[in-house]
Formats: sequence, C-alpha cells, structure tokens
Amino acid sequence: MALLEVENLRTRFRTDDGIVQAVDGVTFAVDRGKTLGIVGESGSGKSVSCLTVMGLNDPHTSTSEGVARFEGVNLIEATQEELRKLRGTRIAMIFQDPMTSLNPVKSIGWQLQEAVLVHRNISRKEARARALEVMKAVRIPHPERRIDDYPHQFSGGMRQRVMIAMALINEPDLLIADEPTTALDVTTQAQILDLMRGLQLDFGMAIIMVTHDLGVVAEMDGDVVVMYAGRVAEAGNVDEIFTRPQHPYTWGLLGSLPRLDVQVDRLVQIAGQPPSLLHPPSGCRFHPRCPFAMDVCRTTEPLLAASPGSATHLQACHLAQADKDREAARVLAGTQRTDS
Amino acid sequence: MWRFLARRLLWAAFTFFVVTFLTYVIFFVIPADPAKQAAGKLATAEQVERVSKYLHLDEPIWKQYILWLKQLVFEGSLGRSFVNQQDVTDIVRASAPVTISLVFGGAILWLLVSIPIGVLSALKPRSLLDRGSMVFVLVGISAHPVWIGLIFAYVFGYKLGWTPITGYCDFFNPSAGSTCGGPAQWAYHMILPWSTFALLFAALYVRLIRANVMETMNEDYVRTARAKGAPPNQVMKSHILRNSMLPVVTILGMDIGLALGGAIFTESIFSLNGLGRSLILAYERSDLPVIVGIVVFSTIMVILFTLIVDVLYAIVDPRIRLG
Repeated sequence: MALLEVENLRTRFRTDDGIVQAVDGVTFAVDRGKTLGIVGESGSGKSVSCLTVMGLNDPHTSTSEGVARFEGVNLIEATQEELRKLRGTRIAMIFQDPMTSLNPVKSIGWQLQEAVLVHRNISRKEARARALEVMKAVRIPHPERRIDDYPHQFSGGMRQRVMIAMALINEPDLLIADEPTTALDVTTQAQILDLMRGLQLDFGMAIIMVTHDLGVVAEMDGDVVVMYAGRVAEAGNVDEIFTRPQHPYTWGLLGSLPRLDVQVDRLVQIAGQPPSLLHPPSGCRFHPRCPFAMDVCRTTEPLLAASPGSATHLQACHLAQADKDREAARVLAGTQRTDS
Repeated sequence: MWRFLARRLLWAAFTFFVVTFLTYVIFFVIPADPAKQAAGKLATAEQVERVSKYLHLDEPIWKQYILWLKQLVFEGSLGRSFVNQQDVTDIVRASAPVTISLVFGGAILWLLVSIPIGVLSALKPRSLLDRGSMVFVLVGISAHPVWIGLIFAYVFGYKLGWTPITGYCDFFNPSAGSTCGGPAQWAYHMILPWSTFALLFAALYVRLIRANVMETMNEDYVRTARAKGAPPNQVMKSHILRNSMLPVVTILGMDIGLALGGAIFTESIFSLNGLGRSLILAYERSDLPVIVGIVVFSTIMVILFTLIVDVLYAIVDPRIRLG
C-alpha cells in the first residue's frame, strides 16, 4: 500500500467572480521513501492539491471532495484537529518563497523549537538541542551562533535550509516541497536539491516535489504527474515521461527546456495562456493551445488511460497512438515542427 | 542608540521652535486686542496703552517671541497669564492630570473594546459579529463626541442615575475644599468622559485592527506555522497578533500624544478642567501665554510619545535597529 493515495481529488474555491474548480479529479500516489514530481504551469492546481492534502486551504472559501488516504486515514474527511496532529509530524511541507515563509519577529531557534514543542511534551532545552541537530543536518554553518538570529539575517538559500530543517525536525514520513527552489538563484537551487536528495536517503522519507521545472524532475528517480488546468494530463515514472512523452502538453514543456546536446535557434514555447478555471474550456482543457487539436477534443474530455506497453504510464489525449509516437520522437530529437 | 537619541533630541528642539513660533504668528493674525481684554471693559485708552506696553504687546511678533524664549530658558518660566497674572506653569500643572486621566483611561478602554472586536471580526469576516461591528464603527465615526457625550449624560447620568454627570475627583489626596477624592471616586466620575472620548477611537481601531489581522492571516509565515501543526490559538498569539499589532502601536502612540493636548469636546461637556477646556478659555480671553503654554505641553507630549513608540518598535521588531 502506498504511503499517500490521492483519488479523484476535487477542490473548489468560492470567489467574488464565481466558483473556481482548481483541482478537478486528480489521482496520484507516492510510496514510502519514494519521490513523486508534480509538474505544471502556475494555476494548474499542483500547489492546491498539496495544500488540500495538508488541510491548509481556507475552510471559509474552499470545499474538497475525493480521497487522500494517508496510512489508511482519509485526510479529506479528517477533522482540523486530526490534521493538525499529522502536520509537522508525519507530513511536513515547505514553500516556494523562503523570504516570507518565516515569522520576521521570532528567532530561527524559536521557530524551530516551536515545531517540536507543539507536538511533543519536552523541555525547551531538549527542543533547542534538537533544533541545533537539524540545523547541522541541513548544513547551516555555525548553528550554535546562528540559532538566535532572526530570519532577516539569513540569505534566501539559508532560509530555505531553515524551512527544510523545520520540516525535518520531527522526522516526517512525507515531505511536500512546493516549488522549493523557484525563488532561489540557480547555484543555490542545485545545492538545495542536492541537500534534499541526501536528506531523503538519511531520513528515509517520501517527497512530493511540486515544480514547474521539468529540469528539476529530470534529476529525480520516481514518478511524475503532469498537471494541466486542474487535471492530470500524463503520469508515469521519470523514464517514461522523458523517453516516451504521450501528451502534447508534456511535449510543450519538454520543448521549452534548454538542452546542451541539441542546437536550436530558440526554445519552443506553448502558445497562449493557461485557461481561467472560472470558465474552463469544453472537452480537453488543453485544446485551445494544442497544435494537434481535433474536433473530438473540443467536445469530449479524454479519459486518463494506460498507454500501450506500460500499465503505469497514464495519459489523457485523443490523438492516435502512431501520431503520439511520431511527435514524441520529434520532440526528443530536438527538431522543431515544420508547420508551427 | 545614543546617536539615535541625540538626533531625536535635535529634531525635537527644532519642532519645538517651529510649533511655538507658529502659535505666536497665528495668534497675532486673529483680529483681537489682547491688551484691551487684559485691561478690562472700563479701561481708558491710556490705560490700555500702558497695559500693552507692560505686556510687550507693542513690540513686533519676533521680539515678543524672543522675550518669551528668554524667559523660558533663563527663568524656566512659561510666563504669566495676561488676564489674571496666574503662573502659566501652574495652570498647566493643574489641568494636565485631568487630561492625562481622561486620555490614558480612554485609551485603555478603546483598546479593551477594539482589540477583541477587531480580531474576532477578522476571524469571521461577513459574520453577524463582523456586520454588527461595522454598524458600531459607522456610528462611532459619524456621531460627534458632543452629541454622544450629551446622550450619555442624559441616559446614564440623568435618566438612570448610574453615574455623575459632571465634575472631577483627584486620584490622589483630594485638595482642600473638594468634596471627593481617591481612585474609586475618580474612576466613578470618569466613566462617562472615558466612554465618550473612547468611542471614536474604538471605532477607528476596530477597523484598523481588523484590517491588519486579516492581512497578517494571509502571510506566508502564518501558513508555515499552521503547516507545522501549531494549534489555532498559538498561531493567533505568536504569529498573527504580534505582527498585526506593530502598526497599531505606532498609531496609538501618536493618538495619545496628540490627545494629551486636550480632548476639547469631552472636557467641555463634562466640565472637566483639563487642558482642552483651559485652552478654550484662554482663547476666548486672547490669553496668549496660556495658549502657548498648553501648546508647549502638547508638543512635548507628541514628541515624547513618538520617541517611546520608536523605542518600543525596535524592541518588538528585530528588523529595526535604532541608529
């Protein structure tokens, strides 16, 4: 049994303009100690899916349905108090912007200790010792000297290390990382990703890595879910997604990645904007931006189905298999479509 | 820290000169004849002229101002009233405690009212409580303190007979001849003035606190606190309240400093002989030294409270360093 199984998850927000269906029937699973990448543009519902699992959406404006089973407990139906007891102990989360994710008026040490003290009945002194331990684990230099510093005295990369330390302090089974490197510069990004990979081995936890950057996903082992407009477009393991991508949206994402092995004049971008989820397109939600859109795409929603040859590689696209294989090969070779 | 204080003191001195000089200028712009008033109704032209000379009112404004400054610096005196030769320092000393009682009591009252209402209506926006507090805010901001004071005095003082309508009792040893004194009597007599004075501020602060709390609730670090499993009341106490009260502290300091110049309306309705009432009285009699004396006092209060706020801020918010 997987550590976390999400089935047919739906989350909608009530806004002044109407109902926004941010997540619309999403299914994925992550095994103990394994990694799952969730990829998509802004507004694809990847962050909201994670916040829903954590129970961190505003209950006044949002409602969720479906199943998110964590060790047999459906988190969607759990009470706030049940969720609170899981948060920070069994499931931890780190966020995109380390500059704003720490309380500016409390010291780093206080915030780290708080994460322990809200769950365990131990003394401040023991909590402080534990805080120093995790600061060492995330390789913050001179933890003893820095523990009483305030967030504004740390750089962005160091603050993200503090966030990771805070997430790891109770040794969770699952770490949800919501674009942990997006706000950091490129060298720092690589360091943080390295650190997370190392810590995953040391702590043996599962990681859900939410990102818009397929490059981040390419460096992981594990499964990938590609999300578009609140739905899953394609899912499979990293190898399958990168060697046999089956969905035009995935091709677009791959085509927009810079590559060292192929000479191109300019990177391909996906035309248009992600759709408004207030009024999502009919049929396949990607059809207004899809260069291969057919009549059926405008009327009928493609179902998520296994692709030939692999039961784990799922995709939701009406294109004929021969067309998919041909286009996938073209994208991987780095050649651009002649008619685009 | 010392450099900060030195710079602050320099600014304070500058502000002091500007404010007092402006008070002089404005006073002489108003068409009134202070010498005539001081000399009395039956005075002859010759007498008025003598009074004018005696009070240096025949000198140019800047010279009068310099004379006043000299007196303040070398004799430590704010001068004497034009009208009855009373020492201005004594007048300020007698009325300041009344105003201080009114302002600090009022401030405590408006904070006691506005913090819980503001926080609760931020927690449940659009709820019945939130809508109710909105009505309270509208009434508090729209209704004039004179009207509110009169209604309070009529309903609670006259109709229901719960509270006294006028008068002030000393907090400490009552002076000879006064009929009451001591903390209990003091507070009893202040209930209506406090309520009247606090209502407008309570209304403003409810909105201010509500807006600040709502803004802080959406901060990323509040989400972080919830993500680590902190219980709701701890998230409120350690993460939301502390951060959302920072701007409130600034405004509170300025409001208190300003109000110490005299809560004119409230003092007038309830016949409290505070700074505001003394100011009105002095203005009616064109009594320049008293006016300037009260202006000096309130300027010092504003400067002092701004300084207190800045120091407090540096203590509460580690990002701010004085220097």
